[in-house]
Amino acid sequence: MLNQHLPILLVVVPLLAAPVIVLLRHSLPSWLMATVASIATLAIALQLHQQVVSEGVISYAIGNWPPPLGIEYRVDAANAFVAVIVALIGVFVMPYCRRGVAPEVRAEEHYLFYAMLMLCLSGLLGILLTGDAFNLFVFLEISSLATYVLIAMGRDRRALVASYQYLLMGTVGATLYVIGIGLLYLQTGTLNLADMALRLPTMGDPRATLAALAFITVGISLKIALFPLHLWLPNAYAYSPSAVSAFLAATATKVSIYVLMRYFFTIFGETVVFDARHTGVILLALSLAAMFIPAVVAIFQTDVKRLLAYSSVSQIGYITLGISLHSVGGLTAALAHLFNHALTKGGMFLVLGGVVLRLGGSALDRMAGLGRTMPIAAFAFVIGGLSLIGIPGTAGFVSKWYLVTAAMEEGQWWLAGAVMLSSMLAVIYVWRFVEMAYFRDPPEGHPPPGEAPLSLLLPALLMIAACVWFGLDASWSGGMARLAAEALAGGWK
Amino acid sequence: MMLHPGLLLIAGGIAMTFVRGSARSALAVLLPALALFLVWQVGDGIFGRVAFLDYQLEFVRGDRLARVFATIFTLMALVGGVFALKQESRIEVPAAFVYAGSAVGAVFAGDLVTLFLFWELMAVGSTLVIWAAGASARAASMRYLMVHLFGGVVLMAGITGHVASGGSLTFEAMQADSLAHCLILVGFLINAGAPPFSAWLPDAYPEASWSGMVFLSAFTTKTAVYVLLRGFPGTEILIPIGLYMVFYGIVYAILENDMRRILAYSIINQVGFMVTGIGIGTEMALNGSAAHAFAHIIYKALLLMSAGAVLYRTGKRKCTDLGGLFQSMPLTTICGTIGALAISAFPLTSGFTTKSMISQSAANEHMMFIWLLLAAASAGVFLHAGIKFPWFVFFQKDSGMRPKDPPASMGWGMIAFSALCIGLGCYPDPLYAILPYPVDYQPYTGAHVVSQLQLLLFSGLAFFLLLNSLQRTLTITLDLDWFYRVLGPGLALGLAEGLANALAASGRGAAGLFSSIRTAIYRHYGPSGVLARTWLSGHMVLWVAILLLMYLVLFYLPD
Repeated sequence: MLNQHLPILLVVVPLLAAPVIVLLRHSLPSWLMATVASIATLAIALQLHQQVVSEGVISYAIGNWPPPLGIEYRVDAANAFVAVIVALIGVFVMPYCRRGVAPEVRAEEHYLFYAMLMLCLSGLLGILLTGDAFNLFVFLEISSLATYVLIAMGRDRRALVASYQYLLMGTVGATLYVIGIGLLYLQTGTLNLADMALRLPTMGDPRATLAALAFITVGISLKIALFPLHLWLPNAYAYSPSAVSAFLAATATKVSIYVLMRYFFTIFGETVVFDARHTGVILLALSLAAMFIPAVVAIFQTDVKRLLAYSSVSQIGYITLGISLHSVGGLTAALAHLFNHALTKGGMFLVLGGVVLRLGGSALDRMAGLGRTMPIAAFAFVIGGLSLIGIPGTAGFVSKWYLVTAAMEEGQWWLAGAVMLSSMLAVIYVWRFVEMAYFRDPPEGHPPPGEAPLSLLLPALLMIAACVWFGLDASWSGGMARLAAEALAGGWK
Repeated sequence: MMLHPGLLLIAGGIAMTFVRGSARSALAVLLPALALFLVWQVGDGIFGRVAFLDYQLEFVRGDRLARVFATIFTLMALVGGVFALKQESRIEVPAAFVYAGSAVGAVFAGDLVTLFLFWELMAVGSTLVIWAAGASARAASMRYLMVHLFGGVVLMAGITGHVASGGSLTFEAMQADSLAHCLILVGFLINAGAPPFSAWLPDAYPEASWSGMVFLSAFTTKTAVYVLLRGFPGTEILIPIGLYMVFYGIVYAILENDMRRILAYSIINQVGFMVTGIGIGTEMALNGSAAHAFAHIIYKALLLMSAGAVLYRTGKRKCTDLGGLFQSMPLTTICGTIGALAISAFPLTSGFTTKSMISQSAANEHMMFIWLLLAAASAGVFLHAGIKFPWFVFFQKDSGMRPKDPPASMGWGMIAFSALCIGLGCYPDPLYAILPYPVDYQPYTGAHVVSQLQLLLFSGLAFFLLLNSLQRTLTITLDLDWFYRVLGPGLALGLAEGLANALAASGRGAAGLFSSIRTAIYRHYGPSGVLARTWLSGHMVLWVAILLLMYLVLFYLPD
């Protein structure tokens, strides 16, 4: 009975948790509520994923209005997989918030913080599950608005500016997306994505469709932070509270990447997007630029949070590179990296959050001697760094392997070389931390900070451990990524 | 299936970082001893199948070839562990065990992915061994890591290409016939110290501590020899590459003044012999290469132990600062000389019974030219390592220093390997018995002994006649590593700056060029650079417009 309503429950649980939290007002009950809601969300997401894998596509008509007239939630192996990732990160971040947020957000605002986090989670999950183009826009706005508030809560005053810039850029992106949807609606007369996918091929190839494709691609690329539209991202990640950095880095851009894949492969179809047009070439060029330029920028950063942010832009390049190959292999690589990078970067931001709590800042200079003063955190950060580089035995290696294999399957040898070279750049920026943490002496005169409290350290360590786990046993993550890729490429028929 | 000897060493090495005192010393001896025992419990066949990604990995494949190398690796870890008991660094010996364990793992790996996993772990372990030597070694360890990660990148590209073109994942002999296989070969050769990547070895190894270099000399290059033996036997390109390495090592070792750099160049020279043998590719040559690798690890470690003992006691590395040490360090002198005789393939030492198999197989194949070159090279080895090292360090002029012999643990390490050098020289049959192919070779024939003695005698004569011109002055030799040490990491700016400064003295124009490149990179990528600055929102929107326009134009262009 309840199983049948899982798609809507996944979105509604965090959505309802938000107003409840606002009513609760106090910090501790709000946190408890948010934690319970996020755990419930993960349970639902896992159950849903299980159901999709065994039974195939689930279509859920909201309020029993049958699609294409009513709003439909449509779940397949692809969005269920990404939903599991998002819910999983939510569960990792929540226990961390209790202690982690205290010094960064004013106590009387804690309940707002948790409410916003729930709204953001709900928005992201809504984007994933919905089968309706306009509904997708609504959820995009819900999650984005919540994100702007979350970023602005950072204790650095620059957080306000960062949030404001993100707001401007996010709105531009959403506007472009809506224009694209409008164009599609004018032609097909439907907002239901599956219906749209059926009708578009019968329309021929009119210019309005192509304009819609261009608007949607650029709009979503902005949310993905695909180079050179990434300019909002470094500040947003650097100045927001640590838990928010971790949550956003692991989920927000990833969900947008899913949307792009969905439009490319399921709605417009490979023939329109890649075979007849040069989308693949543009995407490839941007991906390559993303893999190298922000990585070099990351090398010169003096703040570890910004370093990680630029590294994220660079890693997004790997994912879009997988998309630009437009093969099942490439999509698998992209989805696998989506998962692995979410774990890696989320884990690293969480570890960093604990360090920042103790050291009072994230400047690289402050990390001197961290290997001695906070050995566990420093070690965990290095493991995460190894996964960013793609050293065997870490999750990063698995996705790099998929990506290189996919490039080779397409006969693109030089791309494999580019991936490798770009990971050499990752070696350098990770090394900068290693050098600072292990080769410098801790500053004199200060009492050693000691490890972060357990409630911060434990979720961070769990995530880093997951990096290693999925590096050693990739059968689940790899298999699910492949299923998701096949679902995307196969369409909704 | 019981314990994997390599994993035991790796796990034990990591565990060792947590204990101190006598428990640590006990571990340093017991771990490799147990690993050595386990190596011989691995039967023929494949064990430990593991599913990884879409593949079946064969974690352990036991056969004769793998066992020879695994035996000497664990033996090396054992004796090295004893030698390094006095090492105060908390990281070096555990790192060396991780390094040795991954080398054993690589040797037992039945498929290319497992091999690659251990290959990368080996690079990490060996880098740690170098940087444990202290602040002076850190830059060298970083350069070392970069070269090996690059090698790993090439290897991985080759492996994925091999798999993508439908090749089986099992690691077996292949031909250098496709791009993928060539990349694999190049990846292997980088670790072997082949040109143009020979320079990483003498650049990095001598920076390690007195005991660190003993470990380093054994595993990386010899694992490369093993994978070449298994993957590319009889590949002809290996013959010229090997010969180049042989002479490269000799020339630079003769020019060198630092005793441990002499020995580092001589590693390349010796590996050159093995690579040449693999290129010849007959059963006897392959046996020769494997046997030579076995014997080489022992006597090169012995030489480096004696050099390490000198360094430990005197703190000096340059031949010009040393000399006359035989008076106060008799044990070290004797052991160092035994190692020197063994590397020169003196009869009754292990070098004689193993290296000669390679030149003999060249003769059997009627490769006269190669045989001649190898014979000439043997004389050269005697010159640079056989006489030069002991002469300048232990005899020659009296430096006035009277250091004592090293502590007992170091002495036992040297004695154990000296005994093995002579033992295998007098009675090589146990070694012959474990070689990959059946051995039908008799080292002690009259002609062979006489010709070898003649060769050694005349090159010894040449050494003392030329002594004046061989007398080392305080010089440094420039090698290809200069290019990547000084030119390469332009990105790392600091070095580019150093170069710019150096050039400023000679020519203002060139210096201007380099510093302008440096500032150009920094201007664009640095924290306040064009690419890293916080932009006005207007600029961001401009990018959006540009990108949108680009998509629209490209979409609307008629094909």
